[in-house]
Amino acid sequence: MGFLDTLFGRTKPVQPKLDDLFALPSAAITLEAATGFTPTGSGSVCFRAVEGKTFSDIQAEVRELLNMDAGKPGGALPVEVTKDSYGYTWLVSSHLSDEMDALVTDLHAVNSALVDNGFGPQLLCTLVAFRDEQERRLALVYLYKRGTFYPFAPTSGQRRDNALELQVKGAVQEDLKIEQDLTKWFPVWGAPGL
Amino acid sequence: MARTRYAPDRGLTVRMTATMFLLGLVFVAFVALIIGILVAVHASAAAIVFFALIFGGGTAFVSLFYSDKIALAAAGAQEVSPQEEPELHGMVDRLCALADMDKPRVAIAPADMPNAFATGRNSKHSVLVVTEGLRRRLEPDELEGVLAHELSHVAHKDVQVMTYASLLAIVAGLLVRFAFYSQLFGGGRRNSDQNTALILFAIMAVSAVVYAISFLLIRLLSRYRELAADRSGAQLTGQPSKLISALTKVSNGMAQIPTQDLRAAEPLNAFYFAPAMKLNGPASLSTIFSTHPSLEKRIEQLEKIQRELGQAGPPQ
Repeated sequence: MGFLDTLFGRTKPVQPKLDDLFALPSAAITLEAATGFTPTGSGSVCFRAVEGKTFSDIQAEVRELLNMDAGKPGGALPVEVTKDSYGYTWLVSSHLSDEMDALVTDLHAVNSALVDNGFGPQLLCTLVAFRDEQERRLALVYLYKRGTFYPFAPTSGQRRDNALELQVKGAVQEDLKIEQDLTKWFPVWGAPGL
Repeated sequence: MARTRYAPDRGLTVRMTATMFLLGLVFVAFVALIIGILVAVHASAAAIVFFALIFGGGTAFVSLFYSDKIALAAAGAQEVSPQEEPELHGMVDRLCALADMDKPRVAIAPADMPNAFATGRNSKHSVLVVTEGLRRRLEPDELEGVLAHELSHVAHKDVQVMTYASLLAIVAGLLVRFAFYSQLFGGGRRNSDQNTALILFAIMAVSAVVYAISFLLIRLLSRYRELAADRSGAQLTGQPSKLISALTKVSNGMAQIPTQDLRAAEPLNAFYFAPAMKLNGPASLSTIFSTHPSLEKRIEQLEKIQRELGQAGPPQ
């Protein structure tokens, strides 16, 4: 925030950065080679819904758009919409595990629909899920406002496997812009699609 | 270029600028008058002005530097870890990620009075405090609205701004007291000291006037900054109505609480989400002395934001 904004108590809502998301497919390949984690094919976008009809109309539109090719051969499953206990909305898109490109395109469609309608500041994060052979869960979380990724590996209860997260960080840091400030790696317990 | 529904309030900016300009003007006039008085007569009272500046500046610096610790101790608040309070931390985590700001520390005060405040000289050293009473009375969505309001105070560096703004009032207040005491104890010596007595009286009078004016201006500035925090908070969550209902609940809850608790909480008022004590007296008078805008004014602004966010097409 600039000096004048501080002086006047203004906050400019932070616009999301969208482009870095497209680095995910190649990162997924690197990740599989290095750690054995494969994409589950599901990913989600998390945003804070704005009250009022305008926003819910846009949300319905996005959902329809993503569901258009659902059910067709090669198409995705219908999009799931859930609201978590913090009041944030999650749009979960599910594809086959080798359709990383299609998944990212879906996620990007949600982002651009919100940004085009002026609701970009409401985007919180996007999450792409991975599994390995021991059924360990892992997500790569993309922070829209910073344009960076971080790994999140929940174990049982509200615990996370920090060692695995750091290992994943090392594996994908050539492909993705990793969040260097570890205090920003906030946990997303019970995120849908994980 | 991205279009935005999150317009800043130009009127508020203009009013805040005017207030700060006036505060600066009073400051300059004050310094000029004091120097004028000292130069006009022999500067035997210079020591008093010097000490008031050192003490006043020192007090402001210490309170700024230790504001988080002082406020935590005064409210009896305990810092909590994410393991102890995952819900509360989760809420703050998400809001900070939305606003792209550093996460402050989180603390809980045992008081039953429903309130919250944020303090600390910068975002790295700030701490966000909520009372048990607030957590018990509000729904999660409403609590989130209050947290967003407090995080906006942190983002706007309100503790710093208000400390600098209060510096003048602190120095002026000290000058009145110092001049008064030195007249009381230094009087009745030799004839040449009559001049000194006169200077001291002049300094006292000027300082008292400056203190009164800057006090009112600081309160005005504080009210504007509350409105600014309401605005940024509501835009951050996109839920102005939740903040309205939180404000209404908290304000009603305030009135029902016995006075003794309220008086004990009064020194912290300026940092609070809603003021803990209603001043008695005519409405207009209590308004200009208040650190917070009236409930009606805050709700009015939030309803306007509600309309702005709900516009069919975003403004260009």
